[in-house]
Amino acid sequence: MKLKKAWLTAVAAATVWGAAGLGTAQAAEQYLGLPSYRVGPYAAGGTGVFGGWIDYMKLINEREGGVNGVKLVWQECETEYNNARGVECYERLKKQGDQQNVLFAPVSTGITFGVFERVPQDKIPLLSIGIGRSDTADGRVFPWVFPMIATYWSQASAIVGYLGQREGGMDKLKGKKIAVLYLDFAPGKEPFPVLDRLAQKWGFTTEKIAVAMPGNEQQAQWLQIRQMRPDYVILLTYGVSNPTALKTAARTGFPAERIVGWWWSGAEEDVVPAGDAAKGFVAGAFNPAGTDFAVIQDIQKLVYAKGQGDMQDPKRVGSTYYNRGVGHGIIYVEALRLAQEKFGKGKPVTGEQMRWALENLKLDEKRLEAIGAKGLMPALALSCADHEGSGRVRFQQWDGTKWVSVSDWIEPDRKLVRSLVEESAAAYAKEKGITPRDCSKEQ
Amino acid sequence: MIYREAGQFKASYEEDQQIFPIKQDRIVMAALVAAAFFVAPFVASEYWLQAVLTPVLVFALAALGLNILTGYAGQLSLGTGAFMAVGAYATYNFLLRLDGLPFLVGLVLGGLSAAAVGVVFGLPSLRIKGFYLAMATLAAQFFIVWALAKFPWFSNYSSSGIITAQRIEIFGFAFDTPARKYLLTLAIVSLLALVAKNLARTNTGRSWMAVRDMDVAAEVIGIPLMKTKLLAFAVSSFYCGIAGGLYAYTYLGTVEPDGFGLDLSFKILFMIIIGGMGSVLGAFLGAAFILLLPVGLNVLMHTSVGALVPATLASNLELIVFGVLIIFFLIVEPHGLTRLWQIGKEKLRLWPFPH
Repeated sequence: MKLKKAWLTAVAAATVWGAAGLGTAQAAEQYLGLPSYRVGPYAAGGTGVFGGWIDYMKLINEREGGVNGVKLVWQECETEYNNARGVECYERLKKQGDQQNVLFAPVSTGITFGVFERVPQDKIPLLSIGIGRSDTADGRVFPWVFPMIATYWSQASAIVGYLGQREGGMDKLKGKKIAVLYLDFAPGKEPFPVLDRLAQKWGFTTEKIAVAMPGNEQQAQWLQIRQMRPDYVILLTYGVSNPTALKTAARTGFPAERIVGWWWSGAEEDVVPAGDAAKGFVAGAFNPAGTDFAVIQDIQKLVYAKGQGDMQDPKRVGSTYYNRGVGHGIIYVEALRLAQEKFGKGKPVTGEQMRWALENLKLDEKRLEAIGAKGLMPALALSCADHEGSGRVRFQQWDGTKWVSVSDWIEPDRKLVRSLVEESAAAYAKEKGITPRDCSKEQ
Repeated sequence: MIYREAGQFKASYEEDQQIFPIKQDRIVMAALVAAAFFVAPFVASEYWLQAVLTPVLVFALAALGLNILTGYAGQLSLGTGAFMAVGAYATYNFLLRLDGLPFLVGLVLGGLSAAAVGVVFGLPSLRIKGFYLAMATLAAQFFIVWALAKFPWFSNYSSSGIITAQRIEIFGFAFDTPARKYLLTLAIVSLLALVAKNLARTNTGRSWMAVRDMDVAAEVIGIPLMKTKLLAFAVSSFYCGIAGGLYAYTYLGTVEPDGFGLDLSFKILFMIIIGGMGSVLGAFLGAAFILLLPVGLNVLMHTSVGALVPATLASNLELIVFGVLIIFFLIVEPHGLTRLWQIGKEKLRLWPFPH
């Protein structure tokens, strides 16, 4: 009897699953598939980014009734930051009723790699803010991929630029020893080509030290660093490996002030568990933390005051990852507005229209101020050839309780990064037999 | 009533020794295979073909490979993921560097490379057993993934060690849609499953089982241990290598060395434990269980319960339910899903008049 019941439940579940994707969508709804990750070693990032994104969409629905009257709806799918699960989610989220997914943003470099050859066929733009393949910034070869705001290569260049600033000039980097401690996953190795070229250009040496995933044991690596006595450590880790790195550094006596992280180690969740060991640690950011922004206050007023927020812990509203998610939401909604303006207001857009809008997206300081997000992200201007749009990174230091900005927006070495992007994209186009688009013919 | 073998007489040795001696089994199996080949590609949606059926087949093949080694020959291995990686990267390099090499030849060469690597890492099995052997294969797991990431030649100098699969073309016919890729996978997997099923019933298979049950006794009755164990490693790694090639070419399309990490090896080990050691059917059942249950739970969470609880809690609930179900199955039936199936068959024979 019990078994029978179990079987019935299983059959019912299977039926629901089989029917998934058959739901009916009303005309004035814009569907979006969200491949979120809320469990596992990277859950802090996943809950923050997707929570912020969802809250921003809730705000738009609440305040304006959607985008020009088109209500925003979404469906989540748990990827666990796992590539195979991510691909499954991509396929599952592709269609909902009669609406196609218009944007896929897995916030995971591995999943981005996993789907980036599928998106042109399915006509779904792939948004990889601060993650993914750096050479996809060349929109002529990768029309469907948008590594917006800044790629890993721009970031690597900005980190070296920041170190140069700290030393009082790029030429002062000559002869310096820099250890690069990276988590041994795809994005951890992504910055290497840029670091190598910059090391050659400015005459410093780098030593790359790998940490196996997920990186919750780093004793050996930091002992190696202590023997090496580098001037700086560039920290390319994510999730639980961040506090581990800082704690181990403190134990082996390497000062936190001389560790510079990337933007995936620059959130509250990365430093708070490390306690005092994190004090003085500097990390890159393309979005600052804080609740002073008008848009965050609106979310608190219109979403959280009604108890509808997505964050289980409302205190995390305004944290780095959360604000990053709000940034994702802003880019999504602004691209929707632009697409509707061109292809018909008050109507849901398609993936192709979304792609056009993303490529022609321009968010200047004025527009950012109107949205209430001035300073939350750098101004963006994308084009057919440039799918990055900004490339600027700023640096912030953890003072023990909050992140304090210690630099202005730092420009990457554009010439060097862009030439690498074009070189790598051209090699890819050749391998795959792709003819790059002629941007002068695009409108 | 419907499942009874009364009246089915075996008049020759061939009839007595066929894979499915009972007529009903043959009919069901033929219908299943026919449905998989001729119905599924037309009925199933792209999502089902690409994200459900193809991965289940690929992982079933990998589990089958591990089952040959662990289930039949009794050598515990934690290097399955690495052998899959060898298959995927070797196939990629053969196709990349030898112009005009047919895809299937590349895939088989990939499998053979994995077999060669498997034999090398199988050598310690001649001296050590059990958990100690698991440690030795663990070394294979870490070493191979490290080597693939460390030497850029393997990934044709891509900055992160990532490879993207070339187009699959066989005799000028492009396998580029999900349905075609599914059919290709299905054809290869069914062929290899048939080979495995038969292999287990030959002299080789029987010597594997003899070594598994007691290697000293096996040696005494004249089974050469070295040859038998290394052959098990070679065949098993060949299967894993082919599975790795399919994983890269017909399923994901883009793979990185880290994707073949220890997690993957454990996942495949769980598949054969849940599915049933030393059984071809077990590999398929286990792969389906381990792969589809989390996805099914996720769908269920988002359609029903998920709406009531916060999304973060829902995601954690999935993991909890998944873990509890695994424990439940192991307690109820430690010999795996295959055993459940066998019990079901016995019951069916007596139905509707049990003693």
